[in-house]
Amino acid sequence: MSKDRKTAATRRRFLAVAGGVTAGAFVSLRYSGATPASMAAAIRQVTGEAVVQPGKVRLEVPPLVENGNTVPITVSVTSPMTAADHVKSIHIFNEKNPQPNVVTIHLGPRAGRARVSTRIRLADTQTIVAIARMSDGSLWSAKADVIVTLAACVEDL
Amino acid sequence: MASALINVPKKAKRGDVIEIKTLISHIMETGFRHTTTGVPIPRDIITSFVCTYNKEEIFRADLFPAIAANPFFTFTTIATESGTFEFTWQGDNGFLAAEQASITVE
Repeated sequence: MSKDRKTAATRRRFLAVAGGVTAGAFVSLRYSGATPASMAAAIRQVTGEAVVQPGKVRLEVPPLVENGNTVPITVSVTSPMTAADHVKSIHIFNEKNPQPNVVTIHLGPRAGRARVSTRIRLADTQTIVAIARMSDGSLWSAKADVIVTLAACVEDL
Repeated sequence: MASALINVPKKAKRGDVIEIKTLISHIMETGFRHTTTGVPIPRDIITSFVCTYNKEEIFRADLFPAIAANPFFTFTTIATESGTFEFTWQGDNGFLAAEQASITVE
């Protein structure tokens, strides 16, 4: 009986420790949210001094990626896509690849829906930013954090 | 010659939003990699992709090295009239590829 209790206690302690370690790992993996300068500069080139508001844009990326060489990404923007009110362009940026730009997409009212998918490369665990420019000139953005297990771009031949 | 896969619905109702999928085989060499002897591998990517619908541009993308090999795009357009879609990819080292697809709108 006492042996059982001892085993249970050990198991409990083990679970507590294991849980703590896992939680700690997640905390350390969590991205702090700061934006490296190169990405900020690249975004500035697109937006100029205009204000970028969060919202309207949805960025769908798997939160955990095994292979950074091909990461599916879908960007959609809430917009009626009429001649008077549509998305003109969508810009995607990353912060830890060798280059901050990922892709620039130009749309118009004939797109019908502002929804685009492609596949990208990610060199590291990082934050991706999508910025949409509307026909009225306003800018909207969304962010997504991605954890990358196997990085792209770094391997030699 | 690069080979491309295009997926456009054959038929659509007027005014419907249709989805177009494109895939082209291309190495998309980033220009950031080195051989084992340390020699940098020059960049070789597709830099631009354009889709026109009856000669009118409906989708354009500027590509960077961060696009995965064999660039893939899914986008939408409104089926306005029967006609052809033309897809054009341009890139480094004079890369040029073009494809067509037709649609019947009723």
